[in-house]
Amino acid sequence: MLRDITIGQYYPADSVIHRLDPRTKLMAAMLYILSLFVFQGWAGFAAVTLALVLMIALSKVPFGYMVRGLKAIAVILIITILFNLFLTPGETIVEFWKLRITWEGLKNAGFMAVRLTYLILGSSILTLTTTPNQLTDGMEKALKPFNKLHVPVHEISMMMSIALRFIPILIEETDKIMKAQLARGADFESGNLIKKAKSMVPLLVPLFISAFRRANDLAMAMEARCYHGGDGRTKMKPLRYKKADIAAYLLSAGYFAGVIALKVLL
Amino acid sequence: MSIILDKVNYVYSEKTAYEIHALKNINLKIEDGEFIGVIGHTGSGKSTLIQHLNGLMHATSGGIYYNGQDIYDEDYDRKKLRGRVGLVFQYPEHQLFETTIFADVSFGPKNQGLSKKEAELKAFTALRSVGLPEDYWYRSPFELSGGQKRRVAIAGVLAMEPEVLILDEPTAGLDPRGRDEILDQVAKLHEERNMTIILVSHSMEDVAKYVERLIVMNQGSIMLDGTPGEVFAHYQELEAVGLAAPQITYLMHDLRKRGIQVPGIATTLEEAKEAILQAFKK
Repeated sequence: MLRDITIGQYYPADSVIHRLDPRTKLMAAMLYILSLFVFQGWAGFAAVTLALVLMIALSKVPFGYMVRGLKAIAVILIITILFNLFLTPGETIVEFWKLRITWEGLKNAGFMAVRLTYLILGSSILTLTTTPNQLTDGMEKALKPFNKLHVPVHEISMMMSIALRFIPILIEETDKIMKAQLARGADFESGNLIKKAKSMVPLLVPLFISAFRRANDLAMAMEARCYHGGDGRTKMKPLRYKKADIAAYLLSAGYFAGVIALKVLL
Repeated sequence: MSIILDKVNYVYSEKTAYEIHALKNINLKIEDGEFIGVIGHTGSGKSTLIQHLNGLMHATSGGIYYNGQDIYDEDYDRKKLRGRVGLVFQYPEHQLFETTIFADVSFGPKNQGLSKKEAELKAFTALRSVGLPEDYWYRSPFELSGGQKRRVAIAGVLAMEPEVLILDEPTAGLDPRGRDEILDQVAKLHEERNMTIILVSHSMEDVAKYVERLIVMNQGSIMLDGTPGEVFAHYQELEAVGLAAPQITYLMHDLRKRGIQVPGIATTLEEAKEAILQAFKK
């Protein structure tokens, strides 16, 4: 049941996108997200769709796997569509009771739905093709200039990678404790809200205890290996740009400029 | 009265890159009152197998019958089944949550819908049978030592008075004394109440000493199934899949190589002693 969460999960495959430097992918993802909110009209729509289809095809991640991540935002998506549909003033198409659907509303709702869906799909390509470790590595290196402003970049990225690393562990742990309590006849599903909340106690207490125990063990293990923060720390696999990265930078910059040009010119 | 598994298959994360075929065509019959050991390498499907026996995991294909009833039937009460087939997970002490030991052990019987009195009576009996001294009962379970916590957790399952008790590596991480205490108590439950026991273990010595029937799992299939003597006679095949026979079986083998005619295949110290004495009497 808990295994089905796909947001932020890595999908192992050997593709051009998998091999790119995480900094490149972060930058490209950022440009792509910006372009989603910049584009206007059908030509822009065609451009972002083309870019997305191309990225999905290059990433070699099954499309069905990505779409599962959309379930998480289904509610937000529906609310956004409904608000746009009914609350945009303009030329009326249908009217019943106090609700009005306008041409403008229909168009807005359509584009908003596309924007949100593409946003999730686009950013899930980033997380599906990059391991959490690579991702935080990339962030650490990309944000390094902020170190001069006394921003603890290394510490923040270390915390992030630990947090990300713990997500699957805690999911597994939850699964295990849930099963152990089910084996003792616990019931997590039936009953009203208060009863349901109460039934979470046998799950949450052991989960918290185990999270603290694990955090303690990890801190101990890190200290035992002389971890002392980011100063003077080197990497076993330092990030280096390759030819493909330069090409990817140029491509995404070109794409972004293109989307802006389409907006300005049309 | 039995548990029957008919062509059970289980696949994790079907149709993704992480797909694992954890159980392959398992056919198994477990009779009432048996003391069964399940051994196998890490990832051989032992834990997946035992979670099918009380309906916690649903087989991808195949059927499971408890006392002749299909547990996948829509109107079959699987919650009740979990009370009849008690499952003690690995490191069960991690599931403790109540403020006192006694309350934690009564959690199971209370879930079965028993009254407070009945549930407490069952908790009382269960705590007695795992041999935890009475002055501990109203303390927090988190104050106990590892071995004691584990006994409390086992009592938590025993309190539901299951007909079948499954233990997944009940001795992992315990010292030799804690290990013997727990296994002796499990053996006592088997003898006194004729409870069916299924013991998953990594220790060949443990299973050889206690169980009557041994099932060897390898890569999701049952590789061997028989008495410990029969199974450990195949010690070369066991080694090929990363397992081994008890040390004493190797000793007997070496003795025979040196020309001392020890009869049979000994799997426990007692058997070996008898065999060696017999060899020297001749």
